[in-house]
Amino acid sequence: MVPLSYYLILSGILFSCGVLGFLIKRNIITIFMSIELMLNGVNLSFVAFAAYWHALSGQVFVFFVMVVAAAEAAVGLAIIIAVYRTRETLNVDQVNLLKL
Amino acid sequence: MTPSLHLWLIPILPIVGAAINGFMGRRLTREASASVALFFCGSAFAAALVVAARFSSLSLPHVEYLAHWIRAGSFQADFSFYLDQLSLVMLLVVTGVGFLIHVYAVGYMWDDPGFYRFFCYLNLFMFFMLTLVLASNYLLMFIGWEGVGLASYLLIGFWFTKDSAASAGKKAFIVNRIGDFGFLIALFLMIKHFGSLNFADVFHSVSGMGVEKAGAGLLTSIGLLLMVGAAGKSAQLPLYVWLPDAMEGPTPVSALIHAATMVTAGVYMVSRSHMIFERAPMALMLVAIIGTLTALFAATIGIAQTDIKKVLAYSTVSQLGYMFMACGVAAFSAAIFHLMTHAFFKGLLFLGAGSVIHALGGEQDMRRMGGLRREIPWTFWTMTFATIAIAGIPPFAGFFSKDEILWRASRVSLVYWGLGVFTAFLTSFYMFRLWFLTFFGEFRGADAAAVDAGHGSHGHDSHDHEDHGHGIHESPKIMLVPLMILAVLSLVGGWVGVPGSLGGSDRFDKFLGPVFHATIPATEAQGAIPEESTKGPEPEASHSQELLFTGVSVSAAGLGLFLAWLLYYRRPDLPLEIAHGLGRLYGAVANKYYVDELYAALFVTPLVDGSTRILWHGIDQNVIDAAVNDAADGARHVSDTVRHMQSGNLRSYAGWVAVGAAVIIGYMVWMGVR
Repeated sequence: MVPLSYYLILSGILFSCGVLGFLIKRNIITIFMSIELMLNGVNLSFVAFAAYWHALSGQVFVFFVMVVAAAEAAVGLAIIIAVYRTRETLNVDQVNLLKL
Repeated sequence: MTPSLHLWLIPILPIVGAAINGFMGRRLTREASASVALFFCGSAFAAALVVAARFSSLSLPHVEYLAHWIRAGSFQADFSFYLDQLSLVMLLVVTGVGFLIHVYAVGYMWDDPGFYRFFCYLNLFMFFMLTLVLASNYLLMFIGWEGVGLASYLLIGFWFTKDSAASAGKKAFIVNRIGDFGFLIALFLMIKHFGSLNFADVFHSVSGMGVEKAGAGLLTSIGLLLMVGAAGKSAQLPLYVWLPDAMEGPTPVSALIHAATMVTAGVYMVSRSHMIFERAPMALMLVAIIGTLTALFAATIGIAQTDIKKVLAYSTVSQLGYMFMACGVAAFSAAIFHLMTHAFFKGLLFLGAGSVIHALGGEQDMRRMGGLRREIPWTFWTMTFATIAIAGIPPFAGFFSKDEILWRASRVSLVYWGLGVFTAFLTSFYMFRLWFLTFFGEFRGADAAAVDAGHGSHGHDSHDHEDHGHGIHESPKIMLVPLMILAVLSLVGGWVGVPGSLGGSDRFDKFLGPVFHATIPATEAQGAIPEESTKGPEPEASHSQELLFTGVSVSAAGLGLFLAWLLYYRRPDLPLEIAHGLGRLYGAVANKYYVDELYAALFVTPLVDGSTRILWHGIDQNVIDAAVNDAADGARHVSDTVRHMQSGNLRSYAGWVAVGAAVIIGYMVWMGVR
């Protein structure tokens, strides 16, 4: 059996990649994907703990996260499309004003 | 229990007048302001007369409880009033002389723009003075004590636009603070050891204590501290310096506050506390020494003054010294007797001087007066009465009271008596000097034009009168009538206390007897102080001796009169030669022995310098201000650094969040490892 720590280290690496991408990237879609990566990193640690402790609550929580992530993706992508339509750019540094 | 006397009315009436004039005076006419002030002051006098009329039917001391004030544990001080022979005498003097001076002031202050303000303060003063006199505990007395100080400050600085008046007011207030500090400590000692400030309780506790023969015990300490307070209020050495400066106030104020009533509060307080002083011979001796030295010291200064009011001011200090001398030889009734006659003749002298100043349109320098007896005869004659009275020439009032003091002083020590008689000679000399300089010889003021110029520059004292062409004019009736009444009192006021040696029965002493002699344990008192009156009737031999002493003091007064006549009437050129001959001694006297300069060098300058350098530049600027400024500067520097976090860049915020999370996780991991 794969030890728990492996899962957790992988989860940490995924999360850190997400954070790094979030901080470094300028494209909104890439930032968005980085957020998904962070969420999934966390999800991985949840399921790993759930399997380790034989407790279902971790699995259940992951479902919740996935549902929220799906909803977020729907809303987020809609916003990104709206932003691109109005500003013709996806660079976050240029989208720093609420007013056009 | 006797029916209520409504003693509370006596102090309350003047403050009602003060309130009316104070709050509404601006809208009242002069006539209305004056009648309000006179009505409330006069009705206080009337109420005092009613009390006096019913006095014989009272069981004394009569205490009238008015209201709760302070109740803390076993300590209590109430608003209640205390009436005995001593307070009755004070009550009548204060309201009576006070009323006369109110009347006079209506005429004197008529043209002053602050007319209503003046009477507001004057009534306020009456309220506090009557509270002081009637209080049944030391705390209420202290309220009155501070209150008269306040009224005195307000009235000395009445013409506050004049710099000298404003600073004279401050000087009086500050010097009085020094005395009040001693008084206050004495009160604390009483609370600590007697648990009460009520006269009855304190004196009851004290009466159980023996005479402190050696060293400084509790009673000696209290006595000395009370004397510090009295020296401040009553202008004794070394705290007398404020009184001559207080002459910056309007002349009726000088008469009322700085001659007749307020400055005698110290004498009243010492007499009231006679139980304490009688058991503290050290304190009593100090009172006598201070009194004697002050009397002599101030009299010598009085000789060389040229300002008419300054002469009277030093004379007041000197006469107050007599009163303390009397207190110091345990002749309290003689002190109160002199207090009363002094109120009459010194009040009159000040009012008369005011009338002279008024007549000359503000001139106060005696070198520019002279020959006024024909111009202002009424003022001249009333002033003459007062001058004879203060010089101690029989049968005027001052003779009886001063003689009583000197006689009692001679029973304790001939030194007191000798200095007292010499002071009496000086008193007679400087008073007749004033009299000759003012009323005799040629008028030395410049011509009418100069007098008119004086009119202009001393606008406050001026009074437009019909015969303006001449410049010098007699004062209006409203000012003369009080002068006349006081003149009569200066003549007859002493007759209530004619001593046994002159065929009288010394009724005044007998009247006050119950206050001062009631509770002295005779055996102890005789050990400490020769108590003449407790020994029963005096033997014949002592009568003739007393007459001899009287003769000496009267001839001293006569000598003073003769010398003044010689120097200032007969040979007016002599004083200048003598002054030149004496040189520096004369300079020292004329400059008041440089006491003000000495105090300035010893106390004021170090205090100002110390305050400036250490307290202001050192502590205030470098510590207190610096703490506040540095705190603000530090906050700004830190903020300046930290504000770079707030870049407005979204990803840098996310970065901070990540860093923060990492720090927290790192901390938790580290804690977990531990």
